[in-house]
Amino acid sequence: MTLLLAASTPLTWLLEPISHGFMLRALLVSALVGGVCGLLSCYMTLKGWALMGDAVSHAVMPGVVVAYALGLPFAVGAFVFGVGSVAVIGFVKQKSRVKEDTVIGLVFTGFFALGLVLISKIRSNIDLTHILFGNVLGISDSDITDTLVICAIVLAVLLVLRRDLMLFCFDPTHARSIDINTGLLHYLLLSVLSLAAVAGLQTVGIILVVAMLITPGATAYLLTDRFDRMTLLAVASSMFSSAGGVYVSYWTDSSTAGCIVLVQTFLFLLAFFFAPRHGIFRQHQS
Amino acid sequence: MSAARPPLGPDRLRIEADQVCVDYNGTMALHDASLRLEAGCICGLVGMNGAGKTTLFKALMGFLRPSKGYIRINGLSVRQAQRQQAVAYVPQSDGVDCAFPVSVWDVVMMGRYGSMNLLRVAGASDRAAVHHALERVELLELRDRPIGALSGGQRKRAFLARAIAQDASVLLLDEPFNGVDVRTEKLMADLFVQFRKEQRSILISTHDLSHVRNFCDRVVLINKTVLAYGETSEVFTPENLSLTFGGLPPNLLMGPTPSRENER
Repeated sequence: MTLLLAASTPLTWLLEPISHGFMLRALLVSALVGGVCGLLSCYMTLKGWALMGDAVSHAVMPGVVVAYALGLPFAVGAFVFGVGSVAVIGFVKQKSRVKEDTVIGLVFTGFFALGLVLISKIRSNIDLTHILFGNVLGISDSDITDTLVICAIVLAVLLVLRRDLMLFCFDPTHARSIDINTGLLHYLLLSVLSLAAVAGLQTVGIILVVAMLITPGATAYLLTDRFDRMTLLAVASSMFSSAGGVYVSYWTDSSTAGCIVLVQTFLFLLAFFFAPRHGIFRQHQS
Repeated sequence: MSAARPPLGPDRLRIEADQVCVDYNGTMALHDASLRLEAGCICGLVGMNGAGKTTLFKALMGFLRPSKGYIRINGLSVRQAQRQQAVAYVPQSDGVDCAFPVSVWDVVMMGRYGSMNLLRVAGASDRAAVHHALERVELLELRDRPIGALSGGQRKRAFLARAIAQDASVLLLDEPFNGVDVRTEKLMADLFVQFRKEQRSILISTHDLSHVRNFCDRVVLINKTVLAYGETSEVFTPENLSLTFGGLPPNLLMGPTPSRENER
Protein backbone atom coordinates (compact mmCIF):
# COMPACT_ATOMS: atom_id res chain seq x y z
CA MET A 1 0.00 0.00 0.00
CA THR A 2 2.79 2.42 0.90
CA LEU A 3 4.53 1.39 -2.31
CA LEU A 4 1.53 2.34 -4.38
CA LEU A 5 1.30 5.74 -2.71
CA ALA A 6 5.00 6.38 -3.06
CA ALA A 7 4.82 5.52 -6.71
CA SER A 8 2.23 8.11 -7.46
CA THR A 9 4.51 11.02 -8.40
CA PRO A 10 6.78 11.06 -11.47
CA LEU A 11 9.85 11.82 -9.41
CA THR A 12 9.41 8.74 -7.28
CA TRP A 13 8.85 6.68 -10.43
CA LEU A 14 12.40 7.61 -11.31
CA LEU A 15 13.99 7.63 -7.86
CA GLU A 16 12.43 4.69 -6.08
CA PRO A 17 13.93 1.93 -8.28
CA ILE A 18 17.46 3.25 -7.99
CA SER A 19 17.26 3.30 -4.21
CA HIS A 20 17.90 -0.43 -4.56
CA GLY A 21 21.56 -1.17 -5.20
CA PHE A 22 20.85 -3.94 -7.69
CA MET A 23 18.56 -1.66 -9.70
CA LEU A 24 21.09 1.13 -9.87
CA ARG A 25 23.74 -1.29 -11.09
CA ALA A 26 21.37 -2.81 -13.62
CA LEU A 27 20.48 0.64 -14.89
CA LEU A 28 24.08 1.78 -15.30
CA VAL A 29 25.28 -1.46 -16.89
CA SER A 30 22.32 -1.58 -19.28
CA ALA A 31 22.82 2.01 -20.33
CA LEU A 32 26.54 1.48 -20.92
CA VAL A 33 26.06 -1.72 -22.90
CA GLY A 34 23.20 -0.08 -24.75
CA GLY A 35 25.38 2.85 -25.74
CA VAL A 36 28.20 0.65 -26.99
CA CYS A 37 25.91 -1.70 -28.90
CA GLY A 38 24.06 1.33 -30.27
CA LEU A 39 27.27 2.74 -31.74
CA LEU A 40 28.15 -0.61 -33.25
CA SER A 41 24.64 -1.02 -34.66
CA CYS A 42 25.28 1.87 -37.07
CA TYR A 43 28.01 -0.13 -38.77
CA MET A 44 25.97 -3.35 -38.68
CA THR A 45 22.97 -1.80 -40.42
CA LEU A 46 25.00 0.20 -42.94
CA LYS A 47 27.20 -2.76 -43.82
CA GLY A 48 24.17 -5.04 -44.10
CA TRP A 49 25.45 -7.34 -41.39
CA ALA A 50 22.22 -7.84 -39.44
CA LEU A 51 22.14 -11.56 -40.16
CA MET A 52 25.85 -11.76 -39.39
CA GLY A 53 25.15 -10.08 -36.03
CA ASP A 54 22.48 -12.65 -35.28
CA ALA A 55 24.84 -15.47 -36.26
CA VAL A 56 27.79 -14.24 -34.22
CA SER A 57 25.69 -13.52 -31.14
CA HIS A 58 24.33 -17.08 -31.16
CA ALA A 59 27.68 -18.64 -32.01
CA VAL A 60 29.40 -17.16 -28.93
CA MET A 61 27.36 -19.45 -26.67
CA PRO A 62 29.69 -22.50 -26.65
CA GLY A 63 32.57 -20.07 -26.14
CA VAL A 64 30.95 -18.72 -23.00
CA VAL A 65 30.47 -22.24 -21.62
CA VAL A 66 34.01 -23.39 -22.48
CA ALA A 67 35.49 -20.21 -21.00
CA TYR A 68 33.56 -20.85 -17.82
CA ALA A 69 34.78 -24.44 -17.63
CA LEU A 70 38.39 -23.34 -18.10
CA GLY A 71 38.09 -20.43 -15.70
CA LEU A 72 38.75 -17.82 -18.41
CA PRO A 73 36.84 -14.57 -18.89
CA PHE A 74 33.67 -15.06 -20.93
CA ALA A 75 34.92 -12.56 -23.46
CA VAL A 76 37.86 -14.75 -24.44
CA GLY A 77 35.68 -17.75 -25.26
CA ALA A 78 33.09 -15.61 -26.98
CA PHE A 79 35.72 -13.91 -29.06
CA VAL A 80 37.22 -17.21 -30.26
CA PHE A 81 33.87 -18.74 -31.15
CA GLY A 82 32.40 -15.54 -32.58
CA VAL A 83 35.27 -14.98 -34.99
CA GLY A 84 35.57 -18.74 -35.51
CA SER A 85 31.95 -18.99 -36.63
CA VAL A 86 32.51 -16.28 -39.22
CA ALA A 87 35.62 -18.06 -40.48
CA VAL A 88 33.61 -21.28 -40.77
CA ILE A 89 30.83 -19.44 -42.61
CA GLY A 90 33.35 -17.97 -45.03
CA PHE A 91 35.04 -21.31 -45.59
CA VAL A 92 31.84 -23.29 -46.21
CA LYS A 93 30.50 -20.59 -48.53
CA GLN A 94 33.68 -20.60 -50.58
CA LYS A 95 34.00 -24.37 -50.81
CA SER A 96 30.41 -25.34 -51.51
CA ARG A 97 27.55 -24.27 -53.73
CA VAL A 98 25.25 -23.52 -50.79
CA LYS A 99 24.02 -19.90 -50.67
CA GLU A 100 25.35 -17.54 -48.02
CA ASP A 101 22.19 -17.02 -45.96
CA THR A 102 21.75 -20.78 -45.77
CA VAL A 103 25.36 -21.22 -44.63
CA ILE A 104 24.94 -18.51 -41.98
CA GLY A 105 21.77 -20.08 -40.61
CA LEU A 106 23.32 -23.51 -40.67
CA VAL A 107 26.55 -22.56 -38.93
CA PHE A 108 25.10 -20.42 -36.15
CA THR A 109 22.44 -22.94 -35.20
CA GLY A 110 25.14 -25.61 -35.15
CA PHE A 111 27.27 -23.53 -32.79
CA PHE A 112 24.25 -22.67 -30.67
CA ALA A 113 23.29 -26.34 -30.40
CA LEU A 114 26.85 -27.16 -29.35
CA GLY A 115 26.50 -24.55 -26.61
CA LEU A 116 23.25 -26.11 -25.40
CA VAL A 117 24.82 -29.58 -25.21
CA LEU A 118 27.92 -28.25 -23.44
CA ILE A 119 25.82 -26.43 -20.86
CA SER A 120 23.89 -29.58 -20.07
CA LYS A 121 27.04 -31.73 -19.83
CA ILE A 122 29.57 -29.47 -18.12
CA ARG A 123 28.96 -29.22 -14.40
CA SER A 124 28.69 -25.55 -13.70
CA ASN A 125 26.46 -23.03 -12.10
CA ILE A 126 25.82 -21.26 -15.39
CA ASP A 127 22.12 -20.75 -15.62
CA LEU A 128 20.88 -21.40 -19.14
CA THR A 129 18.00 -18.96 -18.82
CA HIS A 130 20.44 -16.22 -17.79
CA ILE A 131 22.45 -16.76 -20.96
CA LEU A 132 19.39 -16.99 -23.16
CA PHE A 133 17.41 -14.11 -21.67
CA GLY A 134 19.95 -12.07 -19.70
CA ASN A 135 20.20 -11.43 -16.00
CA VAL A 136 21.07 -7.80 -15.57
CA LEU A 137 19.25 -7.52 -12.25
CA GLY A 138 21.44 -10.21 -10.73
CA ILE A 139 24.69 -9.27 -12.44
CA SER A 140 27.76 -10.16 -10.36
CA ASP A 141 30.73 -7.90 -9.62
CA SER A 142 33.06 -9.94 -11.80
CA ASP A 143 30.58 -9.79 -14.66
CA ILE A 144 30.43 -6.03 -14.28
CA THR A 145 34.21 -5.82 -14.47
CA ASP A 146 34.24 -8.00 -17.60
CA THR A 147 31.51 -5.89 -19.16
CA LEU A 148 33.37 -2.66 -18.41
CA VAL A 149 36.56 -3.98 -20.00
CA ILE A 150 34.68 -5.24 -23.06
CA CYS A 151 32.85 -1.94 -23.48
CA ALA A 152 36.12 -0.02 -23.17
CA ILE A 153 37.77 -2.14 -25.88
CA VAL A 154 34.82 -1.93 -28.26
CA LEU A 155 34.48 1.82 -27.74
CA ALA A 156 38.18 2.39 -28.27
CA VAL A 157 38.19 0.47 -31.55
CA LEU A 158 35.02 2.12 -32.84
CA LEU A 159 36.08 5.63 -31.89
CA VAL A 160 39.64 5.45 -33.19
CA LEU A 161 38.63 3.78 -36.46
CA ARG A 162 35.23 5.37 -36.93
CA ARG A 163 36.12 7.11 -40.20
CA ASP A 164 37.91 4.08 -41.61
CA LEU A 165 35.03 1.80 -40.66
CA MET A 166 32.54 4.23 -42.18
CA LEU A 167 34.51 4.24 -45.44
CA PHE A 168 34.80 0.45 -45.25
CA CYS A 169 31.00 0.21 -45.10
CA PHE A 170 30.42 2.84 -47.77
CA ASP A 171 33.07 2.18 -50.42
CA PRO A 172 35.55 -0.59 -49.62
CA THR A 173 37.03 -0.34 -53.11
CA HIS A 174 38.12 3.23 -52.54
CA ALA A 175 39.38 2.33 -49.07
CA ARG A 176 41.58 -0.40 -50.51
CA SER A 177 42.82 1.76 -53.35
CA ILE A 178 44.19 4.33 -50.89
CA ASP A 179 46.01 1.66 -48.89
CA ILE A 180 43.54 1.20 -46.05
CA ASN A 181 43.68 -2.40 -44.87
CA THR A 182 40.08 -3.50 -45.43
CA GLY A 183 40.82 -7.12 -44.50
CA LEU A 184 41.96 -5.96 -41.09
CA LEU A 185 38.90 -3.70 -40.72
CA HIS A 186 36.64 -6.62 -41.66
CA TYR A 187 38.03 -8.82 -38.91
CA LEU A 188 38.23 -5.99 -36.39
CA LEU A 189 34.56 -5.25 -36.94
CA LEU A 190 33.75 -8.94 -36.50
CA SER A 191 35.86 -9.05 -33.35
CA VAL A 192 34.14 -6.10 -31.73
CA LEU A 193 30.84 -7.63 -32.81
CA SER A 194 31.71 -10.82 -30.89
CA LEU A 195 32.75 -8.78 -27.87
CA ALA A 196 29.63 -6.62 -27.99
CA ALA A 197 27.52 -9.77 -28.25
CA VAL A 198 28.97 -10.94 -24.92
CA ALA A 199 28.32 -7.58 -23.33
CA GLY A 200 24.77 -7.55 -24.69
CA LEU A 201 24.32 -11.10 -23.47
CA GLN A 202 24.64 -9.82 -19.89
CA THR A 203 21.72 -7.45 -20.31
CA VAL A 204 19.26 -8.98 -22.76
CA GLY A 205 20.61 -12.48 -23.37
CA ILE A 206 21.65 -14.28 -26.52
CA ILE A 207 18.21 -14.48 -28.11
CA LEU A 208 17.56 -10.74 -28.10
CA VAL A 209 21.08 -9.36 -28.35
CA VAL A 210 20.74 -8.95 -32.10
CA ALA A 211 18.11 -6.28 -31.40
CA MET A 212 20.72 -4.28 -29.49
CA LEU A 213 23.03 -4.66 -32.50
CA ILE A 214 20.64 -3.49 -35.22
CA THR A 215 17.53 -1.68 -33.95
CA PRO A 216 19.16 1.57 -32.68
CA GLY A 217 21.10 1.87 -35.96
CA ALA A 218 17.97 1.29 -38.01
CA THR A 219 16.05 3.89 -35.99
CA ALA A 220 18.81 6.48 -36.36
CA TYR A 221 19.13 5.71 -40.08
CA LEU A 222 15.53 6.81 -40.59
CA LEU A 223 16.13 10.08 -38.74
CA THR A 224 19.17 11.57 -40.46
CA ASP A 225 21.29 11.64 -43.61
CA ARG A 226 24.54 12.39 -41.79
CA PHE A 227 26.75 9.67 -40.43
CA ASP A 228 27.95 11.50 -37.32
CA ARG A 229 24.39 12.41 -36.35
CA MET A 230 23.33 8.83 -36.98
CA THR A 231 25.89 7.52 -34.48
CA LEU A 232 24.80 10.06 -31.85
CA LEU A 233 21.12 9.27 -32.36
CA ALA A 234 21.75 5.52 -32.24
CA VAL A 235 23.72 5.80 -29.01
CA ALA A 236 21.13 8.09 -27.45
CA SER A 237 18.14 5.96 -28.45
CA SER A 238 19.91 2.79 -27.35
CA MET A 239 20.88 4.18 -23.94
CA PHE A 240 17.39 5.57 -23.46
CA SER A 241 15.82 2.21 -24.39
CA SER A 242 18.09 0.29 -22.04
CA ALA A 243 17.45 2.58 -19.07
CA GLY A 244 13.78 2.98 -19.92
CA GLY A 245 13.39 -0.77 -20.32
CA VAL A 246 14.85 -1.39 -16.88
CA TYR A 247 12.37 1.07 -15.35
CA VAL A 248 9.41 -0.36 -17.23
CA SER A 249 10.35 -3.87 -16.16
CA TYR A 250 10.60 -2.71 -12.54
CA TRP A 251 7.20 -1.05 -12.45
CA THR A 252 5.44 -3.73 -14.46
CA ASP A 253 7.37 -6.58 -12.85
CA SER A 254 8.14 -8.12 -16.22
CA SER A 255 11.16 -9.43 -18.17
CA THR A 256 13.95 -6.83 -18.26
CA ALA A 257 15.33 -8.04 -21.59
CA GLY A 258 11.88 -8.03 -23.11
CA CYS A 259 11.18 -4.50 -21.90
CA ILE A 260 14.50 -3.11 -23.17
CA VAL A 261 13.94 -4.53 -26.65
CA LEU A 262 10.29 -3.47 -26.66
CA VAL A 263 11.24 0.12 -25.92
CA GLN A 264 13.80 -0.06 -28.75
CA THR A 265 11.19 -1.45 -31.11
CA PHE A 266 8.75 1.25 -30.03
CA LEU A 267 11.32 3.97 -30.83
CA PHE A 268 11.93 2.35 -34.22
CA LEU A 269 8.19 2.39 -34.96
CA LEU A 270 8.02 6.07 -33.99
CA ALA A 271 10.81 6.80 -36.47
CA PHE A 272 9.24 4.54 -39.07
CA PHE A 273 5.98 6.48 -38.96
CA PHE A 274 7.02 10.01 -38.02
CA ALA A 275 10.65 10.53 -39.11
CA PRO A 276 10.89 14.01 -40.66
CA ARG A 277 12.14 12.88 -44.08
CA HIS A 278 12.10 9.11 -44.20
CA GLY A 279 8.97 8.32 -42.15
CA ILE A 280 6.06 6.86 -44.10
CA PHE A 281 3.78 9.77 -43.20
CA ARG A 282 6.13 12.24 -44.85
CA GLN A 283 7.08 10.47 -48.04
CA HIS A 284 3.83 11.18 -49.84
CA GLN A 285 4.19 14.92 -49.41
CA SER A 286 7.62 15.42 -50.93
CA MET B 1 41.13 16.64 -78.80
CA SER B 2 44.64 15.97 -79.97
CA ALA B 3 47.30 18.03 -78.26
CA ALA B 4 51.06 17.90 -78.33
CA ARG B 5 52.08 15.20 -75.88
CA PRO B 6 55.46 14.81 -74.27
CA PRO B 7 57.60 12.11 -75.85
CA LEU B 8 57.19 8.58 -74.61
CA GLY B 9 59.89 7.59 -72.16
CA PRO B 10 60.07 5.12 -69.29
CA ASP B 11 60.42 7.88 -66.69
CA ARG B 12 57.21 9.52 -67.86
CA LEU B 13 55.06 6.44 -67.77
CA ARG B 14 52.06 6.59 -65.49
CA ILE B 15 51.07 2.99 -66.07
CA GLU B 16 53.37 0.29 -67.31
CA ALA B 17 52.00 -3.23 -67.55
CA ASP B 18 54.22 -5.86 -69.04
CA GLN B 19 52.88 -9.28 -70.10
CA VAL B 20 50.50 -9.35 -67.17
CA CYS B 21 48.59 -12.56 -66.48
CA VAL B 22 45.87 -12.61 -63.85
CA ASP B 23 44.24 -15.78 -62.57
CA TYR B 24 40.80 -15.36 -61.13
CA ASN B 25 39.30 -18.33 -59.31
CA GLY B 26 41.33 -20.73 -61.39
CA THR B 27 40.51 -19.22 -64.76
CA MET B 28 42.82 -16.95 -66.71
CA ALA B 29 41.02 -13.60 -66.68
CA LEU B 30 43.81 -11.76 -68.42
CA HIS B 31 46.90 -13.03 -70.19
CA ASP B 32 49.94 -11.34 -71.65
CA ALA B 33 48.38 -7.91 -71.29
CA SER B 34 50.91 -5.18 -71.97
CA LEU B 35 50.14 -1.51 -71.76
CA ARG B 36 52.02 1.75 -71.43
CA LEU B 37 50.28 4.96 -70.50
CA GLU B 38 52.39 8.09 -70.47
CA ALA B 39 51.69 11.09 -68.27
CA GLY B 40 48.88 13.30 -69.49
CA CYS B 41 46.81 11.06 -71.67
CA ILE B 42 43.19 10.08 -71.87
CA CYS B 43 42.84 6.44 -72.73
CA GLY B 44 39.70 4.47 -73.47
CA LEU B 45 39.51 0.87 -72.30
CA VAL B 46 37.15 -0.96 -74.60
CA GLY B 47 35.96 -4.54 -74.45
CA MET B 48 32.91 -6.70 -73.98
CA ASN B 49 31.53 -7.64 -70.58
CA GLY B 50 33.84 -10.26 -69.16
CA ALA B 51 36.69 -9.23 -71.45
CA GLY B 52 38.83 -8.34 -68.43
CA LYS B 53 38.23 -4.60 -67.97
CA THR B 54 37.37 -4.99 -64.30
CA THR B 55 40.23 -7.46 -63.83
CA LEU B 56 42.69 -4.98 -65.31
CA PHE B 57 41.36 -2.24 -63.01
CA LYS B 58 41.67 -4.52 -60.01
CA ALA B 59 45.21 -5.42 -60.96
CA LEU B 60 46.10 -1.72 -61.36
CA MET B 61 44.65 -1.01 -57.91
CA GLY B 62 46.54 -3.92 -56.38
CA PHE B 63 43.46 -6.03 -55.54
CA LEU B 64 44.62 -8.84 -57.80
CA ARG B 65 48.23 -9.87 -58.06
CA PRO B 66 49.50 -10.83 -61.50
CA SER B 67 50.62 -14.46 -61.67
CA LYS B 68 53.06 -13.42 -64.37
CA GLY B 69 54.44 -10.13 -65.62
CA TYR B 70 54.56 -6.88 -63.68
CA ILE B 71 52.73 -3.61 -63.24
CA ARG B 72 54.40 -0.32 -62.41
CA ILE B 73 52.65 2.92 -61.63
CA ASN B 74 54.75 6.09 -61.84
CA GLY B 75 57.71 3.72 -61.94
CA LEU B 76 56.75 2.24 -58.56
CA SER B 77 55.21 -1.04 -57.50
CA VAL B 78 51.43 -0.98 -57.19
CA ARG B 79 51.77 -1.22 -53.40
CA GLN B 80 54.04 1.80 -53.20
CA ALA B 81 51.77 3.72 -55.56
CA GLN B 82 48.83 2.92 -53.26
CA ARG B 83 50.71 4.35 -50.31
CA GLN B 84 51.28 7.54 -52.29
CA GLN B 85 47.57 7.80 -53.13
CA ALA B 86 48.58 7.72 -56.79
CA VAL B 87 45.59 5.77 -58.11
CA ALA B 88 41.97 6.88 -57.76
CA TYR B 89 39.01 4.78 -58.74
CA VAL B 90 35.76 6.43 -59.77
CA PRO B 91 33.01 3.84 -59.33
CA GLN B 92 30.05 3.14 -61.58
CA SER B 93 26.82 4.92 -60.64
CA ASP B 94 25.40 1.76 -59.09
CA GLY B 95 28.72 0.81 -57.51
CA VAL B 96 27.95 2.44 -54.16
CA ASP B 97 25.04 2.55 -51.74
CA CYS B 98 23.29 5.84 -52.56
CA ALA B 99 21.20 5.73 -49.39
CA PHE B 100 24.32 5.87 -47.23
CA PRO B 101 24.07 8.79 -44.79
CA VAL B 102 26.91 10.94 -46.08
CA SER B 103 26.93 14.39 -47.66
CA VAL B 104 28.71 15.41 -50.84
CA TRP B 105 31.35 17.09 -48.69
CA ASP B 106 31.89 13.86 -46.70
CA VAL B 107 32.35 11.84 -49.89
CA VAL B 108 34.93 14.19 -51.32
CA MET B 109 36.72 14.31 -47.96
CA MET B 110 37.19 10.54 -48.25
CA GLY B 111 39.72 11.28 -50.97
CA ARG B 112 41.89 12.89 -48.28
CA TYR B 113 41.82 10.00 -45.79
CA GLY B 114 44.99 8.44 -47.11
CA SER B 115 47.03 11.54 -46.33
CA MET B 116 45.49 12.13 -42.90
CA ASN B 117 46.59 10.69 -39.55
CA LEU B 118 45.06 7.57 -38.01
CA LEU B 119 42.03 9.40 -36.64
CA ARG B 120 41.36 11.00 -40.04
CA VAL B 121 40.97 14.48 -38.60
CA ALA B 122 40.65 16.96 -41.46
CA GLY B 123 43.07 19.87 -41.38
CA ALA B 124 42.90 23.20 -43.14
CA SER B 125 44.73 21.86 -46.21
CA ASP B 126 42.24 18.96 -46.45
CA ARG B 127 39.29 21.32 -46.29
CA ALA B 128 40.89 23.56 -48.88
CA ALA B 129 41.49 20.60 -51.21
CA VAL B 130 37.87 19.44 -50.85
CA HIS B 131 36.58 22.98 -51.41
CA HIS B 132 38.72 23.35 -54.52
CA ALA B 133 37.71 19.94 -55.89
CA LEU B 134 34.02 20.74 -55.40
CA GLU B 135 34.51 24.01 -57.24
CA ARG B 136 36.07 22.24 -60.17
CA VAL B 137 33.12 19.90 -60.60
CA GLU B 138 30.62 22.72 -59.89
CA LEU B 139 29.09 21.08 -56.84
CA LEU B 140 30.10 23.59 -54.18
CA GLU B 141 26.53 24.81 -53.61
CA LEU B 142 25.36 21.24 -53.08
CA ARG B 143 28.11 20.29 -50.63
CA ASP B 144 25.73 19.65 -47.72
CA ARG B 145 23.29 17.55 -49.74
CA PRO B 146 23.11 13.85 -48.89
CA ILE B 147 24.45 11.90 -51.86
CA GLY B 148 21.11 10.14 -52.13
CA ALA B 149 19.52 13.47 -53.10
CA LEU B 150 21.79 13.96 -56.13
CA SER B 151 21.06 13.11 -59.74
CA GLY B 152 23.18 10.44 -61.42
CA GLY B 153 25.35 13.04 -63.11
CA GLN B 154 25.87 15.05 -59.94
CA ARG B 155 26.83 11.90 -58.06
CA LYS B 156 29.35 11.05 -60.75
CA ARG B 157 30.83 14.54 -60.36
CA ALA B 158 31.05 14.06 -56.58
CA PHE B 159 33.16 10.94 -57.05
CA LEU B 160 35.32 12.74 -59.63
CA ALA B 161 35.83 15.47 -57.04
CA ARG B 162 36.96 12.81 -54.59
CA ALA B 163 39.64 11.70 -57.06
CA ILE B 164 40.69 15.34 -57.51
CA ALA B 165 40.87 15.87 -53.75
CA GLN B 166 43.00 12.75 -53.53
CA ASP B 167 45.35 14.41 -56.04
CA ALA B 168 45.79 11.09 -57.84
CA SER B 169 48.00 11.00 -60.92
CA VAL B 170 46.19 7.98 -62.35
CA LEU B 171 42.39 7.97 -62.54
CA LEU B 172 40.44 4.81 -63.28
CA LEU B 173 36.92 5.59 -64.43
CA ASP B 174 34.36 2.80 -64.62
CA GLU B 175 31.65 3.50 -67.24
CA PRO B 176 31.67 7.25 -66.49
CA PHE B 177 29.10 8.11 -69.15
CA ASN B 178 26.35 5.80 -67.93
CA GLY B 179 23.30 7.70 -66.72
CA VAL B 180 25.01 11.05 -67.04
CA ASP B 181 23.30 14.25 -68.20
CA VAL B 182 24.58 16.53 -70.96
CA ARG B 183 25.89 19.16 -68.54
CA THR B 184 27.95 16.60 -66.64
CA GLU B 185 29.28 15.14 -69.87
CA LYS B 186 30.44 18.54 -71.03
CA LEU B 187 32.00 19.23 -67.63
CA MET B 188 33.77 15.89 -67.65
CA ALA B 189 35.17 16.55 -71.11
CA ASP B 190 36.60 19.90 -69.91
CA LEU B 191 37.97 18.26 -66.76
CA PHE B 192 39.69 15.54 -68.76
CA VAL B 193 41.50 18.16 -70.83
CA GLN B 194 42.59 19.94 -67.65
CA PHE B 195 43.78 16.63 -66.18
CA ARG B 196 45.86 16.07 -69.28
CA LYS B 197 47.47 19.48 -68.82
CA GLU B 198 48.18 18.57 -65.20
CA GLN B 199 49.97 15.45 -66.43
CA ARG B 200 47.38 13.12 -64.93
CA SER B 201 46.46 10.03 -66.89
CA ILE B 202 42.95 8.74 -67.20
CA LEU B 203 41.86 5.24 -68.08
CA ILE B 204 38.19 5.12 -69.02
CA SER B 205 36.42 1.79 -69.12
CA THR B 206 33.46 1.96 -71.46
CA HIS B 207 31.60 0.15 -74.18
CA ASP B 208 30.27 3.36 -75.66
CA LEU B 209 32.42 3.73 -78.75
CA SER B 210 31.22 7.20 -79.76
CA HIS B 211 32.51 8.56 -76.44
CA VAL B 212 35.87 6.99 -77.03
CA ARG B 213 36.10 8.82 -80.37
CA ASN B 214 35.12 12.13 -78.77
CA PHE B 215 37.12 12.00 -75.56
CA CYS B 216 40.09 9.70 -75.79
CA ASP B 217 43.37 10.28 -77.53
CA ARG B 218 44.46 6.71 -76.86
CA VAL B 219 42.54 3.49 -76.79
CA VAL B 220 43.14 -0.02 -75.50
CA LEU B 221 41.08 -2.84 -76.95
CA ILE B 222 40.89 -5.89 -74.76
CA ASN B 223 39.43 -9.34 -74.94
CA LYS B 224 41.20 -11.46 -72.30
CA THR B 225 44.39 -9.77 -73.50
CA VAL B 226 45.34 -6.44 -75.01
CA LEU B 227 44.38 -6.79 -78.68
CA ALA B 228 45.49 -3.36 -79.77
CA TYR B 229 46.78 -0.23 -78.16
CA GLY B 230 47.67 3.20 -79.49
CA GLU B 231 46.30 6.42 -80.98
CA THR B 232 42.53 6.28 -81.24
CA SER B 233 42.57 7.10 -84.94
CA GLU B 234 44.94 4.25 -85.67
CA VAL B 235 43.50 1.61 -83.39
CA PHE B 236 39.82 2.24 -84.02
CA THR B 237 39.58 0.27 -87.20
CA PRO B 238 36.63 -1.94 -88.14
CA GLU B 239 38.92 -5.00 -88.11
CA ASN B 240 40.19 -4.32 -84.57
CA LEU B 241 36.70 -3.60 -83.28
CA SER B 242 35.36 -6.74 -84.85
CA LEU B 243 38.14 -8.64 -83.09
CA THR B 244 37.28 -6.98 -79.78
CA PHE B 245 33.59 -7.72 -79.98
CA GLY B 246 33.87 -11.26 -81.24
CA GLY B 247 32.97 -10.69 -84.89
CA LEU B 248 29.99 -8.37 -84.52
CA PRO B 249 29.78 -5.89 -87.42
CA PRO B 250 31.25 -2.56 -86.24
CA ASN B 251 28.49 -0.45 -87.79
CA LEU B 252 26.15 -2.09 -85.31
CA LEU B 253 28.46 -1.12 -82.51
CA MET B 254 28.79 2.45 -83.72
CA GLY B 255 25.03 2.93 -83.52
CA PRO B 256 23.25 5.69 -81.61
CA THR B 257 24.31 6.25 -78.04
CA PRO B 258 21.89 5.19 -75.34
CA SER B 259 19.47 7.83 -74.09
CA ARG B 260 20.61 9.70 -71.04
CA GLU B 261 19.01 10.78 -67.85
CA ASN B 262 18.25 14.49 -67.68
CA GLU B 263 19.51 16.79 -64.98
CA ARG B 264 17.03 17.01 -62.13
